Amino acid sequence: MNENMNDKVVNNPLEDEAIYIFREVAGQFEKPVILFSGGKDSITLVRLAQKAFYPAKIPFPLLHIDTGHNFPETIEFRDQLVEELGLELHVHYVQDNIDAGNVQEESGKYASRNGLQTDSLLQAIEKHGFDACIGGARRDEEKARAKERVFSVRDDFGQWDEKNQRPEVFDMLNGRIDFGQNVRVFPISNWTELDVWSYIQQEKMEIPSIYFAHKRKVFERDGMIWSAHDEYVFREDNELVMEKIVRFRTVGDMSCTAAVESLAFDIDKVVEEIAASTISERGARIDDKRSEAAMEKRKQQGYF
Amino acid sequence: MVGNKNKVLKLSTAGSVDDGKSTLIGRILYDTHSLTDDKLEAIERSSKQKGYDYLDFSLATDGLVAEREQGITIDVAHIYFSTKNRSYIIADTPGHVEYTRNMVTGTSTSQVSIILIDARKGVIEQTKRHFFINNLLRTKEIVVAVNKMDLIDFSQEKYEAIVEDFKLLISDSEYKEQNITFIPVSALHGDNVVDKSENLSWFKGETMMEHLENIRLEDIQEEAKARFQVQTVIRPKTDEFHDFRGYAGKLKGGELKVGDDVTVLPSGRKSQIKSISFFDQQYLAASKGSSITITLMDDVNVSRGDLIVKSEELPQESKTISAKICWMDNQPLLASSTYFLQHGVKLVKSKIKTIEHKISTDNTGEIEKVSQLNMNDLGLVEIQLAQVLNFDSYNENKGNGAFILIDAKSNTTAGVGFWEVEVAFDK
Ligand SMILES: Nc1nc2c(ncn2[C@@H]2O[C@H](COP(=O)(O)OP(=O)(O)O)[C@@H](O)[C@H]2O)c(=O)[nH]1
Repeated sequence: MNENMNDKVVNNPLEDEAIYIFREVAGQFEKPVILFSGGKDSITLVRLAQKAFYPAKIPFPLLHIDTGHNFPETIEFRDQLVEELGLELHVHYVQDNIDAGNVQEESGKYASRNGLQTDSLLQAIEKHGFDACIGGARRDEEKARAKERVFSVRDDFGQWDEKNQRPEVFDMLNGRIDFGQNVRVFPISNWTELDVWSYIQQEKMEIPSIYFAHKRKVFERDGMIWSAHDEYVFREDNELVMEKIVRFRTVGDMSCTAAVESLAFDIDKVVEEIAASTISERGARIDDKRSEAAMEKRKQQGYF
Repeated sequence: MVGNKNKVLKLSTAGSVDDGKSTLIGRILYDTHSLTDDKLEAIERSSKQKGYDYLDFSLATDGLVAEREQGITIDVAHIYFSTKNRSYIIADTPGHVEYTRNMVTGTSTSQVSIILIDARKGVIEQTKRHFFINNLLRTKEIVVAVNKMDLIDFSQEKYEAIVEDFKLLISDSEYKEQNITFIPVSALHGDNVVDKSENLSWFKGETMMEHLENIRLEDIQEEAKARFQVQTVIRPKTDEFHDFRGYAGKLKGGELKVGDDVTVLPSGRKSQIKSISFFDQQYLAASKGSSITITLMDDVNVSRGDLIVKSEELPQESKTISAKICWMDNQPLLASSTYFLQHGVKLVKSKIKTIEHKISTDNTGEIEKVSQLNMNDLGLVEIQLAQVLNFDSYNENKGNGAFILIDAKSNTTAGVGFWEVEVAFDK
C-alpha cells in the first residue's frame, strides 16, 4: 500500500457504485464468478473488482465462454491478465457443445456463434454451481437493457422475466434466491461507452491492441467493415478483400463484430473519437440488427 | 468522467400517461445531440411507418416488446446522456395510478424530479400524487414542466393559473425545504426544452436544460451524519498484509477522518480510525459516497452489516420500529406476517405488529384504518425486529433511514420503508 498520505478521497460516483456492487456480491453469494470476454467492459470489471477488495486478491474466478472465433489478441491479453493478478480462469468452449451435438452451428452469410454462447454459459453455471455471474453489460447499450436491474434474477433455465423484476430502491440490492436460481450482476450498469473509455484512459489500463487503429485485411458488406478471416467469417466471392486502417469498438465473436475506419492509435485519440462519435457501439454488431426485439429475446433465453 | 469531471446528476420523471414524458426525454436527447445516427434512423423509420409527419421521440425510450405492443411504459427505464458540464441519468417512471411503486423506485435513486403537467388538463389527481411521493422521499429539487403549451396557444394566463394551482399543493405539504421551478414547454416541438422559444417570449426563466445545468450538487446534498455500514471484511492473508483487517463499505452521509473516535454498532465497542484507503492509496479523510476501506486502532470484532459511526453522533437503537411503508407486491402486507428486513446491507427477520393506518397519496395525507396494505398503498406500520437495528429517521439520513421488506417465500422485494422517529411508539 502506498504510505504517502493524500488529503481526501476524490469521489467518482460511478466507480463508487460499481465497487459497492462488487462488495455486495462478496457479501451475499457463495460462489460468484466474473464473466470475462477479454473486451474492454470485462477488463474494466476486473479493475473495479481489484479496487473493491485491495489489498486482498479478487475473491472470484473468471469465466470465459469461448466461441472459438476470438481475436487472438484478446486471448493473449486474457491469459496475461489472469497470470498477473493470480486469478483462476475457467474456459468453456462453444466448440465442445457443437461437437457433442448439443447445439447447431449457424450457416450462411450472417452465421455467428454469439447466440450459441448461452448454452455453454448455462452448462458452466450448473457444473460449477455459480450463484452470481458478474457481467459488464451497460444499460445504455440497447433499449431492452435500459430496464435491466443491477441484480437480475434468472431461473433454473437462465431465463429473464422482465415483467417480474424486483424493484431496486435506493442502493439496496436483494440477492436472495432459491436453490438452482442465480443472479446476473451488472456493476457498470450506469456507465456509458464514453465513461468506460474515459476510465480506461484515467486508470492507464492496458487493453487488447485491436481496440487501437491498426492495418487489417477486411471486406465490406452492408456498409460495414468485416475482418477477412475466412476460417471464421463467411465471405462471398464478390466481397473483395482489401487492407484498411481500422479499430474495433467492441470485441465479440469475430463473425459479428464490425470494425470502424480510424486513426486513433492511442487511448487519448480513442476517447476523442468516441466523444465525437455518432454511431452507437451496438450499431457495429450485426446480431442486434436482425430484429428490433433481438436483444430482448436473447435475454429471455439466458444470454448475458 | 474525464470529460465531465466525474459529475453525475440523477433525474427522474413523473407524469400521467400521455402527458408527454417519453417525448420530453426524446426531445432532450435529440436537442443535446445524444441520439446516435442509428437510433435517430430507427426513430425516423418508425415514425414514417406510423404515418406521422413529425418525429416520434417517445420511441427513443420505450423499451420492452410488451410495452411496444401496449404502447405504454410499464417499468423503470434508465436513459443516459451528457453535456460538456456533466453526465445525466434519467430514471423514466410511469405515471399510472397503480404504479406508485415504480415512481418510488425511480425517485429513490434520483436527485432531481421532473413533474410533467399537460397544459390542457392542469393540476390533476395524478400531479398531486407525484408531488406527494416526492415529498415523502424528500426530493430537494423539483422541476414542474407544463407541457403541450402549443395546444393552449402558448397562453401566459393559462400557464400562470396552473402554477397558482400547484402552489396550493405546496402550501399543503409538510416538507418545506425543496426548491420548485416552473417551466412552460412544448416537448413535441422543442420549445423551452433545450432551446429558448420565440413562442414563449413572455417567459423570462431558464429553459429546462439550462436550469438542470445550473443545479449545483452542493446545494442539493443532504446534510447528514457519517454512517459507515460494513459490507465485507478484507483479510488478505498474505505475508505483506499479514495482520491487515480492513472494513469495506460505502460512506453514507457526512465525513470520516483518520483519528476520529468511533463506535461499532450494535456491539457498542469503541475505537479510533487508524487508516482510510481507496484502492492502494491512503487518505486523511473521506466524505459521503466514497467506497472506502478503513482500519481501526483496536482489535474489535466487526462483521458485515455492522455500523461504524462517530462516537458523538450515535443513531437510534431499537427492536421495535415505526415506519411508513410503500407496498410493492401483489401479495398484500398483513399484520402478523413475517418478512426479512434489509437495512442497507444488513438483513434481519421481522414481524409486522400492527398496521396503524393507510395514508392517502393524493397530498391530503388523509388516513384510513385498514387491515392490509395492497400494492401501491402507503401506510404507517409498527414492526418487531428479531435483533436490534441502529437507524436514523429517514428525514435526517436517507441512507440510514430506509429499508426494504423481502418476502421470505418468493424472495421478492415486497415493500420499502422509511423510518419515522418522531412518532415513536413506547419501546
Ligand atoms: N401537441 C403536443 N403534443 C405532445 C407534446 N408532448 C407530447 N405530445 C404528444 O402526446 C402524446 C403522448 O406523448 P408520450 O411522450 O408518449 O407520453 P407519455 O405517456 O407521458 O410518455 C404523443 O402523441 C405525443 O406526440 C407537446 O408538447 N405538444
